[in-house]
Amino acid sequence: MSILTDDKKEFLALKANNIRTSIIESLVTAGSGHTAGPLGMTDIFTTLYFHILKHDPQKPDWVDRDRVVLSNGHICPVLYATMAHAGYFPVAELSTLRKFGTRLQGHPHREYLPSLETSSGPLGAGLSQAVGMALSDQMDFGPNTSRYIYALLSDGELEEGNTWEAVMLGAKYKLHNLIAVIDRNNIQIDGYTEDIMPLEPLADKFESFNWHVIVIDGHNFEDIVDAFNQAQAVFGRPTVIIANTIPGKGVHAFERQYEWHGKPPTAEEGKKALAELRTLAGKIKSENE
Amino acid sequence: MLNPDQKLNSKIFDLQVEQVPIRDGFGQGLLELGAINEKVVALCADLVESTRMNLFADKYPERFVEVGVAEQNLVTVASGMAAMGKIPFTSSYAMFSPGRNWEQIRTTICYNDRPVKIVGSHAGISVGPDGGTHQAIEDIALMRVLPRMEVVVPADTVEARKATIALASTGKPAYIRLARNKSVVVTTDESPFTLGQANILINPDQSEVAIIACGQMVHRALLAAKKLQAEGIVVSVTNLHTIKPLDTETIEKVAREAGAVVTVEEHQVAGGMGSAVAEFLVSGRPVPMEIMGIKDLFGQSGEPAELLDHYGLAVADIVEAVKKIQKRKK
Repeated sequence: MSILTDDKKEFLALKANNIRTSIIESLVTAGSGHTAGPLGMTDIFTTLYFHILKHDPQKPDWVDRDRVVLSNGHICPVLYATMAHAGYFPVAELSTLRKFGTRLQGHPHREYLPSLETSSGPLGAGLSQAVGMALSDQMDFGPNTSRYIYALLSDGELEEGNTWEAVMLGAKYKLHNLIAVIDRNNIQIDGYTEDIMPLEPLADKFESFNWHVIVIDGHNFEDIVDAFNQAQAVFGRPTVIIANTIPGKGVHAFERQYEWHGKPPTAEEGKKALAELRTLAGKIKSENE
Repeated sequence: MLNPDQKLNSKIFDLQVEQVPIRDGFGQGLLELGAINEKVVALCADLVESTRMNLFADKYPERFVEVGVAEQNLVTVASGMAAMGKIPFTSSYAMFSPGRNWEQIRTTICYNDRPVKIVGSHAGISVGPDGGTHQAIEDIALMRVLPRMEVVVPADTVEARKATIALASTGKPAYIRLARNKSVVVTTDESPFTLGQANILINPDQSEVAIIACGQMVHRALLAAKKLQAEGIVVSVTNLHTIKPLDTETIEKVAREAGAVVTVEEHQVAGGMGSAVAEFLVSGRPVPMEIMGIKDLFGQSGEPAELLDHYGLAVADIVEAVKKIQKRKK
C-alpha cells in the first residue's frame, strides 16, 4: 500500500523542483555559497515543511510548533528557499541571499530572520541544541510531549566530537521526541568522507549508542514520509534517519561532484541547470497524467 | 576609612575574619533561585559538588541535567534549553568552561542571544595544588570580548550569592567567575550590590591613588590600603565586580579624584579587568596606570596564598605599585 497519494507525490515533486529552481537562482545572484548540499537535501526539506512539520508560517512563534534545527548552516539556501515557498517570507527575497543588509545571511542568523530556530555555521553544535530543546520539552510535559524536535545534520560534521557528546546525552535521557536526519551524501570540502575520515559503519555506530536507526533513500518521498512516521512512533529512544542522498541532486552536472560542495553556479551554469529543472518538471507532470 | 554606605564586614582587618569559598555563595544562590524561579535549570559536566551545584541538584533533580565530562555539550544543550524558555546555569571549572568551549558559547549562546549563564569555578591561580593546567587565568579575556556577554567576578561568597540571583533575571548571557579556596568574606548581606555598579569600599574622597580590584584581590587591596594609610598615603579601593557592562561612571569618578589608578586581578594582565579599565580611561582622560596581574606566565602547584605572592599579587606588591604610580603622577 502506498503511503502517499499520487497527487501528493506529484505535489511534493513539483514543490521540490520549484525549491531547487529557487536555490540555483539565489546562488547565481549571490555569487558565492554552497550548491551540492542544498540540492541534495531538497526532497527532505520539502517533505518536512510540506507534509510532516507541525508549524504555521504566519505564526512563526507559535509555542506548540515543532522545532527544526539546521546544524550544518552552510546548506541554508535550501532552508531559505523552502521557508519562502512555505510562506515564511516572500520568495522574491531569496535574491538578497548573502547581500549586505539581507535577512538571509550567508550562514543562518536568527537575529536577522527570527523565524529561524537557531543560528548555525560552525559544525557539530546543532544536535546538542536539539537535545536541549527535546530535554526541556520532556521536563515540561513528560514523555507524552506533542512536539517533535528535528535536527538536520551533515555526514561530514559527524567528525566533530561535540556531535557524539550530544548522541550520548540524547540516549541517556531517552529523547524519543528528538529526530535527527543525516544527509549522507558522502562528500565534504576536501573530498569523499570515507577518504577524509571514514564514518562507516554509520548505522552500527548509532545503534550501539542506543539510537533507533532508519536508513532511507533521501530522494524517495514515500521512504522519507515512512521514516518520519516510524520515528514519531518510537518510544524511549531518539531516532536517526540516515538519508542516502546525491549531492547536487536534480542537476546532472553538479551531481556527486565534491567540487560543488562550496561554490555557486556561474550565470551560464545556472541557466543550463534551470533549463534542466524545467524539463524535469514537465517530466514529473507527464508521468502523473 | 571604610565607606559606611558599603556596610562591610567589620572584621575585614582582623586575623580571625571568616573565610569561605566564593563558590559556596553560588551554590546557595542557585538553591534559592530554584524556589523563586521555575524557569531556572542547572547543567553540570561531572563537577556537581566541586561547583556547589549539588545543593540545587539534590533539591530539584527534575530540573538538573548531568551531561558528563563534555563541556562543549554542556553549553550547547543549555542553549537549546534556553530556546525553549529556560534559564540555564551551566557549571564546570573555568579552565574547561569557558576554556574549552569558547566557540560554542560564542555561536550558540551570544550570537543567538540566549540567556545561558556560564559558571566558571576554580578560576585563577588560587586553585593551588592542582597546578597550571587547572588554573584559568585567561577566562575574563575570553568572555569579555564576546558581544552580549556580561562578566561578573564576585569578591566573596556573599556577593557570589547575590550575583547568581541577580543574573537569573537579566535575560542575557553571562559569565560568573568563582574561586576554589577559602577567602575572606568582605561584604555582608546588607552591603549594596547591583550588577554593573562598582562599589567604592574605602576613601571615596581625597584619595591619592585609586585601586580597582575584583575577586579575592579586593581583600588584598583593602589590606594594602590600610598599610598605605599608616604611612600617610590615602588610596580608594573600588570593588569592580562587574567587568561587563563596565561601570564607567564610577571608574571615571575614582580615576579623576586620584589622578592615578592601580588595578589588581588574579588573571593575565593581557585582556583582563585592568585592560577593560584601561580601554575606557585611554579613550577619555587617561591617567597613569599600573595593571597588576599574571605577567604572561602559566601557574604551578602550590598553596593559594603562596602562589598569589609568587606571581606578584602580594599585599606588599600592591603597596609598591601604589608608590610607584604616585611618582609617575608627579
